[in-house]
Amino acid sequence: MANNNIGPKRLVVGAHYGLRDWLAQRVTAIVMALYTVLLLVLFLTGSNFSYEGWAGIFAHQWFKMATFAVIVCLLYHAWVGLRDVWMDYVTSNVFVRLVFQVATILWLVACAGYAAQILWRV
Amino acid sequence: MSEVVKSGRRHGVMRLVDATGYRLPLAGVVSILHRISGMLMFFLLPFILCLLDKSLASEYGFYAIRSLTSGWFVKLVILALVWAYLHHFCAGVRHLFMDLHYGLDKHTARKSAASVLAISLTLAALIGLKLFGVF
Repeated sequence: MANNNIGPKRLVVGAHYGLRDWLAQRVTAIVMALYTVLLLVLFLTGSNFSYEGWAGIFAHQWFKMATFAVIVCLLYHAWVGLRDVWMDYVTSNVFVRLVFQVATILWLVACAGYAAQILWRV
Repeated sequence: MSEVVKSGRRHGVMRLVDATGYRLPLAGVVSILHRISGMLMFFLLPFILCLLDKSLASEYGFYAIRSLTSGWFVKLVILALVWAYLHHFCAGVRHLFMDLHYGLDKHTARKSAASVLAISLTLAALIGLKLFGVF
């Protein structure tokens, strides 16, 4: 039984949230990269750089939804990244790290709420 | 810090100050800048959203943002964000390729790290020159 824990066939235990977050960070990164390409295409093919042109892009419902989906991706992506940073550097006190992590979540959720308000007010 | 220097060896987790004693390879420079650029964008997220908010809220706000962003300090902040995004993007793409087991050997990893720095810094410099009205 003890041999199961070492070598190529080691017994994998745990909740697998390490893999889940690792994968989520990559998937959200790809989504944001595609959105960046979309923005670049809109910018390079754009001709109306006035307020009407700018607000006109955000007037479409599909663009609002796509942007909000990217904001949610950003939220998750940044959460995993910041959590890694706090886990690496805030090591002396678990309570202090918890405070940092909770503050990170609140910061991101608040920003996502602000983004939703901006998008659906146009 | 002095304790580390004196004893040479300290037990437990490595602290941030312990890391300053190492000369980083190029891949290490890209890695720590990936972190720094990510944190910069995280902390300036409300500022970015504020720009988006004002620029979309009204035509008056759109032109108010234009005049606000003509100041050199705001331009510098925007340039920092532009660099952060470019670096994070390029280093992230390098990460994704490495996740697929491309370019993992030392030589290729060093070359790709140099490419990330070259591409992101060149593009940031070009955008910076444009931002400050050089061309």
